[in-house]
Amino acid sequence: MLYRLSRFLRDHYVIWQNLLTWGGKKKEKPGNGQQFSNTIKSLPHFSVSPLSSSFKFQLTPQALLSLCLLGAEFTRSSMARNKEKLVLLLDVGPSMHSVLPEVEKVCSMLVEKKLIFRKNDEVGVVVFGTEETNNDLTKEVGGYDHIVVLEDIKVVDGDLIDTLQKLPRGTVDGDFLDAIVVGMDMLIKKYKDIHKGKKRLCLITNAVHPIKDSLEGTKEDQVETIAAQMTAQGMKMESVVVRGRLSQDANKRIMDENDRLLSIFSKQTLTRTVYVDSPTSLLGALKTRRITPVTVFRGDLELSPDMKIKVWVYKRTQEEKFPTLKKYSEKAPQTNKFATHQVKVDYEYKTVDGASKVVPPEQRIKGYRYGPQVVPISAAEWDAVKFKPEKGVKLLGFTDASNIMRHYYMKDVYLFIAEPGNTRAILSVSAIARAMKEMNKVAILRCVWRQGQQNVVLGVLTPNISQNDKLPDSFYFNVLPFIEDVREYQFPSFNSFPVSWQPNEQQQKAADELVQMLNLAPSGKEEALLPDYTPNPVLERFYRHLELKSKQPDAAVPPLDGTLKRITEPDPELFFENKSVIDALRKHFELKENPKLKKSARRLLREKPSGSNDEDGDADVSDAQAVNSIEKALVVKIEKIGDLTPVQDFEVILSRRDSPEWVGKAIKEMRDKILGLLSDSHEGDNHLIAVECIAALRKGCILEQEPEPYNNFLRYLNLYCQQKGMSNFWQLLASRKLTLVSKSEAADSDVTDNEARRFFVKTEPKPKD
Amino acid sequence: MDLDPEDVFKDEEDGSDNEFFQQSASSKEYVVYLVDASPKMFNTTCPGKDQKDETHFHLAVSCIAESLKTQIISRSYDEVAICFFNTREKKNLQDLNGVFVFNVAEREHLDRPTARLIKEFDCLQESFMREIGSQYGIVPGSRENSLYNALWVAQALLRKGSIKTADKRILLLTNEDDPFGGLLGAAKADMTRTSLQRAKDAQDLGISIELLPLSCPDEEFNVKVFYADLLGLDGEDLVQFMPSAGQKLEDMKDQLRKRMFTRRIIRRITFDITNGLSIQLNTYALIRPAVPGAITWLDSVTNLPLKIERSLICEDTGALIQEPPKRFQPYRNENVKFSMDEISEMKGISTGCLRLLGFKPLSCLKDYHNLRPSTFVYPSDQEVVGSTCIFIALYRSMLRLKRFAVAFYGSSSHPQLVALVAQDEVAKAGVQIEPPGINMIYLPYSDDIRDVEEIFPDTDDDAPRADEDQIQKAAALIKRIDMRDFSVSQFANPALQRHYAVLQALALEEDDIPETIDETLPDEEGLAR
Repeated sequence: MLYRLSRFLRDHYVIWQNLLTWGGKKKEKPGNGQQFSNTIKSLPHFSVSPLSSSFKFQLTPQALLSLCLLGAEFTRSSMARNKEKLVLLLDVGPSMHSVLPEVEKVCSMLVEKKLIFRKNDEVGVVVFGTEETNNDLTKEVGGYDHIVVLEDIKVVDGDLIDTLQKLPRGTVDGDFLDAIVVGMDMLIKKYKDIHKGKKRLCLITNAVHPIKDSLEGTKEDQVETIAAQMTAQGMKMESVVVRGRLSQDANKRIMDENDRLLSIFSKQTLTRTVYVDSPTSLLGALKTRRITPVTVFRGDLELSPDMKIKVWVYKRTQEEKFPTLKKYSEKAPQTNKFATHQVKVDYEYKTVDGASKVVPPEQRIKGYRYGPQVVPISAAEWDAVKFKPEKGVKLLGFTDASNIMRHYYMKDVYLFIAEPGNTRAILSVSAIARAMKEMNKVAILRCVWRQGQQNVVLGVLTPNISQNDKLPDSFYFNVLPFIEDVREYQFPSFNSFPVSWQPNEQQQKAADELVQMLNLAPSGKEEALLPDYTPNPVLERFYRHLELKSKQPDAAVPPLDGTLKRITEPDPELFFENKSVIDALRKHFELKENPKLKKSARRLLREKPSGSNDEDGDADVSDAQAVNSIEKALVVKIEKIGDLTPVQDFEVILSRRDSPEWVGKAIKEMRDKILGLLSDSHEGDNHLIAVECIAALRKGCILEQEPEPYNNFLRYLNLYCQQKGMSNFWQLLASRKLTLVSKSEAADSDVTDNEARRFFVKTEPKPKD
Repeated sequence: MDLDPEDVFKDEEDGSDNEFFQQSASSKEYVVYLVDASPKMFNTTCPGKDQKDETHFHLAVSCIAESLKTQIISRSYDEVAICFFNTREKKNLQDLNGVFVFNVAEREHLDRPTARLIKEFDCLQESFMREIGSQYGIVPGSRENSLYNALWVAQALLRKGSIKTADKRILLLTNEDDPFGGLLGAAKADMTRTSLQRAKDAQDLGISIELLPLSCPDEEFNVKVFYADLLGLDGEDLVQFMPSAGQKLEDMKDQLRKRMFTRRIIRRITFDITNGLSIQLNTYALIRPAVPGAITWLDSVTNLPLKIERSLICEDTGALIQEPPKRFQPYRNENVKFSMDEISEMKGISTGCLRLLGFKPLSCLKDYHNLRPSTFVYPSDQEVVGSTCIFIALYRSMLRLKRFAVAFYGSSSHPQLVALVAQDEVAKAGVQIEPPGINMIYLPYSDDIRDVEEIFPDTDDDAPRADEDQIQKAAALIKRIDMRDFSVSQFANPALQRHYAVLQALALEEDDIPETIDETLPDEEGLAR
């Protein structure tokens, strides 16, 4: 105990040393800073006997007291060894404001999932870039301004979510390194050097503002000292750096410097640094649910009977399913506070004869289908004859990578790593993986993961060369099909099709353009929709709905917001940028309904009689589904103005005649859309679309002889533009002559032609200085 | 591999995967194999490995035997009849000459394959000459027309069931491209006419007739002589039916085997390329794990199947209840309730079609971006004319530019991002190995991907890396254990083989269970060298 406590003192001492040395934060005591920095340099030798004189000199009575308290806590907290201790370090400075809604969402989702799956995890919240300052370090040593500890580290609860859902909007450019130190300090004070590997920091920042200079040494030195401490403390860090489109105006030199500093963490500690450039990948970049990895297999990878490598096998991907919700029984009286409302599902096995007797388990026997026959076989019999392979992972051989096509991968993916700590194994895996990579080879394996498994798994091992110095090379393993799993259907060769089905030169060119230009992975930018950073929109929606319902039980299912729509729908920006390419494609290809379809169309549209035993009933399940999806698609298209082709959508809704409400709805939707476009606009990038929408709205209002909604909207826009200083946009409207609708255009209008003409002249907002 | 009743009675919302993985009984297929048993089928051989030549008849029969074994495992609801023509003996309901319907006890002529059928059909070759016999059924001077008779019998067999619930097919295996070649003048014209009429009648009833021609070594099977008319082929279709002459036995077997399958569409979907440009695609499940059939619980006293009744009991009151309308999730110290409608609304985030989002280079598709078997996609002009043309254009662009499309597939049960990877057609010796089309690969979400940082243990030091010398040694090893001709799915699943060998033996009440070979065990002697 004494030893551990003393080790803690040493570790904590280092932090304190660092605090005093960095950033000139203790300007009033420059002499001390100098002295301590010398001590730091001798630290590597300072391992067995920790209590040095300089340390005693530094320790204040308060610090000693808090250490004693911590010592008491030490025994208690070691109980929950597997529980993660996490401090969120959130940049809320002005340049982060546009993404804070996503930060709020992803962080509350993280806590929500903990409340369900890891109730004993502990979380603290630190924001930086705030006007205010409130943290222990600032009180103890000064400095560390504009950092607020919103929540001390505590077992997750609902309040934490409430806090995270309304993060303060800061006013100052934050210093992420200071925030990291504050977070580390919190973890060290609370847990000292226990819980190695379970302590975690999670930093979300855009890192576009410089961190403060230090008095002593370079920024790199500072970061290296902190990184060393982080490793010594067994802390991990996750950094999500929001960049690209989301930080357009930032200073490149500063960003590069910060990236370099952050990369020191990635190299020297177990830090995962992720760069994201869209709100969508920000939602996916942070793992909101951490599943403790479990080995599928530990043992030999047998290259030959006398050549074996010790490996461990993990899952690399595994589907996170929609949570299985429990059935809710309403039988218990409302007043019963202790009711579980659970429902038990009971199965009874009964004879099919008239008696319907329940057959006890010992009288039941399994029957296996073989064609029309059912073959009864008892468990004992089956055990005697069934396939019983020996546990083991054996190499069948190597083969060219091109022999294994990607679409033969059957399941989720495994990761083969060399036995940790076994240098020979690590080197063998490294050598084979690198040789395979060079030679473009893959290995075919036969795997029986555990004794008693009743089947074998055949699959392909592919090299995974590590990009991180800390991580050894490894292999991916994908399951391949057996003969029985493959249906060898034959399909006509495309070359054999009639000429009318073959694209001509221009059509091919239009397709080439599309494939090239609609690029989700442009060089120099982050890849869009990278699976690793793309969250499951259904799960996002479930957890948001869950949280809403916990506050308001009848809350409706929240709609997919714009951020999640980037997963399910095309990015309007990307499609708008490539409008010419898309238009060319439309021009070159013609689609029409098959005129000869009549008979099968009837078949397609035939409604399935519900509950009928008609032979036709389920004949065309797939067809019916196709029709449903088409119908659904139509309805969806027509009911809402989408992001992609707002003008067309508006026109379609406007022209609907199945209800008189559509005109009003279309106009209202369009107004909302235009305002949405304007408020989402970055440097006017949406302005052109907005103008097109306004033009369409004007045209539509004239067509429907509804001048008032347009005129009112335009007047409102005038005020809006004045307030927001959007004179450019207003001029754009003027240049397109999208003025008020006058009497001569729509009789109901109260605007004279003259007024309409002078509208822009009169109201042009003064350009802001 | 056992299936629990809990599995069979999963919650409604979990049913989606079953649909993805299992064949439904509603898409049944009725097949009549019509096998030419004329002396020409016995006299012609094709060269096999190790100088072991096989007769065409043997080839046809062994392919059918193989197909039956696959069928009883993977498509056991399909029904099948085996019918020989140009036989000495006759056996058919119409009592027509030269046609012999092969069957076994406890089975209708057209019925699901049984263990006994497979077993006896396997032994048929030995007894064929003795019990059925080969004899030309079309001889000059006689009024008999065995081909006509065979089509008639086949059509009568397929009278069963509605064309709406089942695909009906006649698969004709012959090496005679000119069945009436030996006849002259009016007799020939007459027989040709009646046979064609017979075929047309069958086709009008919705029965498809497919030809599996066997080419003789010296002479190519010429579809145009007679069968093109019988099948109603013209133009481009004809090209598809041209087998190449002098094929090796293995290739011919391969080709026959593949042609015995029909392509089954699992779904028709709409592919939204951009707004206003939506094409029609058919999806096919070419790769799905084959699993042993479901378990049926039996009463061990009577061996009769049991019915499983599920009852729901309220844990608070012990009352029996109906399927409750609500589900709940304990959260923040209370039970948050969801109606079934809300749950399906939450999942219904898209329109059910496939929406194009953009393109990426193939290198962006990593080895760990996988979750489940892929689905094959092929265009169709059936509903939207022009679909195929756009599909081919995009397909060729993606192949040439080495890019794949990212799309959102909004199926109601499992909305997911997918990679659409173009696959060039691959053929070897006239047999298609990879069909041309696009494979839809289901991509994981970030929620489904495990962090490697979590997997690797914490360490202060850099990980050891192999040096050049060690890599060279590994390279030498790789060269020594190279499987040059490896192709995916060359191995049978030993567990499944064992499973069905046991079942077959028990079904036939045999005492010995035949040994099955585990082909997946490595050649350890070879490796040692």
